Amino acid sequence: MATILKAEKITLVRNQKKVLSVEHISIEEGELLAVIGPNGAGKSSLLMALSTLLPVTEGTIFFEGKQIRKSDRLKFRRQISMVMQDALLLDTTVRENIGTGMRFRGKNESEIKQSVKYWSDQLNIEQLLSRKSRQLSGGESQRVSLARALAADPKILFLDEPFSALDAPSRVRLISDFQRLQSENKVTTLLVTHDLDEALLLGDRVAIIIAGRIRQIGRPDQVFTQPADLEVAQFVGVDTIIPGVVQSNTHGLAVVSGDGFQVEVVAEVPVGRKVFVILRPEDITLVQQIPAGKTSSRNLLKGEIKELIPQGPLMRVILDCGFPLVALITRSSAIEMDLTAGMLLYASFKASTAHLLARKDEKEQQFA
Amino acid sequence: MKWIWEGIQQAFQLIVYGNPEVFQITLLSLKISGLATFLSLLVGLPLGTLMAFGKFPTRKFWVSLINTGMALPPVVVGLTVSIFLWRSGPLGDLRWMYTPTAIIIAQFIISVPVVTGLTTSTLQQLDPRLSYQLMGLGASRIQSVILLWREARLPLLAALMAGFGSVISEVGASMMVGGNLKGETRVLTTAIVLENSKGNFGFAIALSLILLGLAYMVNLFLTIAQQRTTSSD
Repeated sequence: MATILKAEKITLVRNQKKVLSVEHISIEEGELLAVIGPNGAGKSSLLMALSTLLPVTEGTIFFEGKQIRKSDRLKFRRQISMVMQDALLLDTTVRENIGTGMRFRGKNESEIKQSVKYWSDQLNIEQLLSRKSRQLSGGESQRVSLARALAADPKILFLDEPFSALDAPSRVRLISDFQRLQSENKVTTLLVTHDLDEALLLGDRVAIIIAGRIRQIGRPDQVFTQPADLEVAQFVGVDTIIPGVVQSNTHGLAVVSGDGFQVEVVAEVPVGRKVFVILRPEDITLVQQIPAGKTSSRNLLKGEIKELIPQGPLMRVILDCGFPLVALITRSSAIEMDLTAGMLLYASFKASTAHLLARKDEKEQQFA
Repeated sequence: MKWIWEGIQQAFQLIVYGNPEVFQITLLSLKISGLATFLSLLVGLPLGTLMAFGKFPTRKFWVSLINTGMALPPVVVGLTVSIFLWRSGPLGDLRWMYTPTAIIIAQFIISVPVVTGLTTSTLQQLDPRLSYQLMGLGASRIQSVILLWREARLPLLAALMAGFGSVISEVGASMMVGGNLKGETRVLTTAIVLENSKGNFGFAIALSLILLGLAYMVNLFLTIAQQRTTSSD
């Protein structure tokens, strides 16, 4: 895949405050890059900067290998499209709205008509074409906004939290339709979201942005299971972060011990290195007794249930194992195991599901 | 009190039978105020847009100045224009004093801040992301501004009507720079003042009714436009 958009050493200053400082970011042709981060992290600023809607204070942006200069911005923007959190439709019919981007690009009416018909059909809004935009529901409006963006035949589609303002059923249906369209058309997309599930589901790659800086870019599974630093780990939902010291390392299996515990982790780490053991809650299995036979799970920790927090169809179980350990199990399992606060349990996890991260007082780095 | 009733009767006769002087005064008023409003639209719409979306250091100062201008006393405008157009004034050679042109200039100065100020506040009430959305779809700055005007068409129309309303009903500036010359610079408001001072209440009431009618038609037009927009929701 060729790089279609690339930014080097860009910074963005707004109201005398540096809101963005990105060393390097690139989007490959045909991929969907999901940018996630907490509120105020600079996600939307990054999208605005890369789409040239907000001129960067420093740095350079390249489109198809060529630097985008001030005089090239309009030409560039006529090769992209954008969908924002709110549909921001014009006060006219749906048909007119879908053709807006094409009109900016000087397309003739027969091309516009054809494209409007195609994309309204693809997004199941053909019955709304004659309606005024003000008569639409939130979900319908966002479908029109997406159709408007796609009808312009963009080389890059910029999506700024396009699903976040929708109610749950509309959101699920639109994400599903978008996923289908994306797999059929392979439109290069930059998706900004604060929703981890959305990023996991849709992203070919995921970039984590915190405090205006890109902290990690990689495949979704890599970012979620091997976070680059503590803040990324916390953002991607790692609740259990335990400090320890590597005691031994044999055949790539490190033994890490800390305050009253010892765990084994698959990692090449020098002995004596101070680390954090990082565990995702869904990787932990809870058992009431020590398994009778042999098990492939290398780690078994005894703990007392401190808190049970219902989370939709799941249950978040907080154990005291000398340190707080968080497990995520189904509600059905919690009911079958008759879990209550104060109960003693065993938490097991495989050495390959844990991840080590060097502590700040050491040189911060990931260990494979 | 009989004379009041006679005055009203006379007014209706003047309007119904189409008195040529009343007709001429009304037409001149519409021409002068219409042209002044049109010119203020040409200046006020782009200027208001610049004030709404422009990013320059003195923007707030200019916006506050324009807002102050919205309450500009017509006699002060009349005085200023008179000083400039007076025979010995800086523009005296143009010989515009006591001509319709002088009234148009004065009314333009009165209505420009109204149209500009209301355009600014109207456009500032639009969702600021809409402009980014349009540019993100490939709109040039001009395409984007035209669509934003279209989005705000109803309040912008109201701004225009407010501008027209402010000049069709003013008397001070028109009297001072126009001189109220019969058949040349006599407009509805100056004629009403004159006829009132002469005790010719019938004529004055007739002109007042026409002025009120014009104000009503402006409001009716706005209401119809507003209702059409609302009913399509």
